[in-house]
Amino acid sequence: MQQLTNRSVQVNRAPMTFGEKIYIPAIMKGLSITLGHIFKKKATVSYPEQKRPFSPVFRGLHVLNRDEEGRERCTACGLCALACPAEAITMEAAERKPGEENLYREEKYAAKYEINMLRCIFCGFCEEACPKDAIYLSETVMPANYTRKYFIYKKEDLLIPHPKKQESAQ
Amino acid sequence: MLLLQIDWSFLLEKSVLILVIVLVSFGVAAYATWGERKVAAIMQDRLGPNRAGFMGLLQPLADGGKLFFKEEIIPEGSTRTIFILGPFLFMITALMTSAVIPWGPDIHTTAGNVISLQVADINIGILFVFGVVSVGVYGIMLGGWASNNKFSLLSSIRSASQSISYELAMGLSLIALLMMSGSLSMREIAQQQHGFWDGHWLTWNVFKQPLGFFIFMVCAFAELNRAPFDLPECESELNMGYHQEYSSMKLGLYLFAEYINMFISSAVMVTLFWGSYNFPGMDWVAAHTNAIVFALICVVVLMAKITAFILFFMFIRWTLPRFRYDQLMNLGWKGLIPLALFNMLVTGAAILWLFNK
Repeated sequence: MQQLTNRSVQVNRAPMTFGEKIYIPAIMKGLSITLGHIFKKKATVSYPEQKRPFSPVFRGLHVLNRDEEGRERCTACGLCALACPAEAITMEAAERKPGEENLYREEKYAAKYEINMLRCIFCGFCEEACPKDAIYLSETVMPANYTRKYFIYKKEDLLIPHPKKQESAQ
Repeated sequence: MLLLQIDWSFLLEKSVLILVIVLVSFGVAAYATWGERKVAAIMQDRLGPNRAGFMGLLQPLADGGKLFFKEEIIPEGSTRTIFILGPFLFMITALMTSAVIPWGPDIHTTAGNVISLQVADINIGILFVFGVVSVGVYGIMLGGWASNNKFSLLSSIRSASQSISYELAMGLSLIALLMMSGSLSMREIAQQQHGFWDGHWLTWNVFKQPLGFFIFMVCAFAELNRAPFDLPECESELNMGYHQEYSSMKLGLYLFAEYINMFISSAVMVTLFWGSYNFPGMDWVAAHTNAIVFALICVVVLMAKITAFILFFMFIRWTLPRFRYDQLMNLGWKGLIPLALFNMLVTGAAILWLFNK
């Protein structure tokens, strides 16, 4: 039969030699390979003492950003909630009062902002959809917990610390 | 009047010995499970259990506790009594064999008593071991049959046929050994392997019967249902098998009894072939220490040899792929039995011409 490619290999149908029949040399070879593996370096990463490095685009826990003066960027526009394929984000907007200019950037801000981490699939669509650079996915891995209630992260859990207040605290 | 005729010291001594041996067997089997996981891991480029206690040493306790807390499920169509009896039979036969193994030399105390470190010094020791191992097949058969599960039955039948095929070759390889030692008693065989060199040749039986040892070891692998002969076991881990309907502590008994069997088989092999508790230079040590310390040293040496064998069992398990059922039966009937017969003939000829001239 004409061969279409030159990748085919002729199967070796020769009868077994004596060494192959008694199987002992093959066992010895196998044992020596296994013995060699005992002395090799182990591939296990002892988490949590050692961690594997993440790439810069790793999608972990969400953070709500602030600008350089410490004002919250999020304006509760709802684009992240709309983009979320798992419907994990919910929010309630509120109007900025006159004395709160240093807290919020624009006149509308999010009074309540909740992400249900059990629904979140960490796809990063909210990060892509946000027009204000307000939500990012950081490198933190989500910690475990016992009840469902603790997985609904509120705005306080998500906001990054105030840069000015943190400097003065330091 | 009957009370005064019971030899209380004998009873006490034997009870203490039995208790110690059973506890040590359980301890060794429990840590054999730990050792198995660690050895498997080391050979597979990973770390084994290392979270439960230092280096994972409390892992067997965690496993035992887990099995205790699981739910006991007894299938409705099963024969209840036999279903519960299966694992117990397996465990009992695994432990009974330890009664005839000499764990150390006799201690001749200064008071004139002789403390024997063997529970029962019967003069047909090896035959007893074989008898008990044969009854052990019942544990698997009954477990599989009483499960009321076609696949458990098939697996247990396969396991039973494997066991009886390899028992034959085991017995035949032992006949050659018995021709040389002249006695079935385990204590006699241990004493004949005294020291290491007796002026003409090495005393341990493995140097006098290497082929016999090899056949015995291959048959021991098959009797223990251990890789590469672990067809009944693999089926139970993969899809079915005689373990399938068992849960909680009955399953624990099956799995544990398998490790105890491994420990006892290693002990029997060491006693028959690798010089039981003897080591080179033991006469010098005996002359310089008192009897109890010497006996302890001998027990430690025996345990070291048994540990080496258990490690070898694990080494082979994690290296070789398992045999197909027909390859297994071919090996047992068409490979090992002729080989054992040939060994017997050669031994007989050698004894006739070399030692009886």
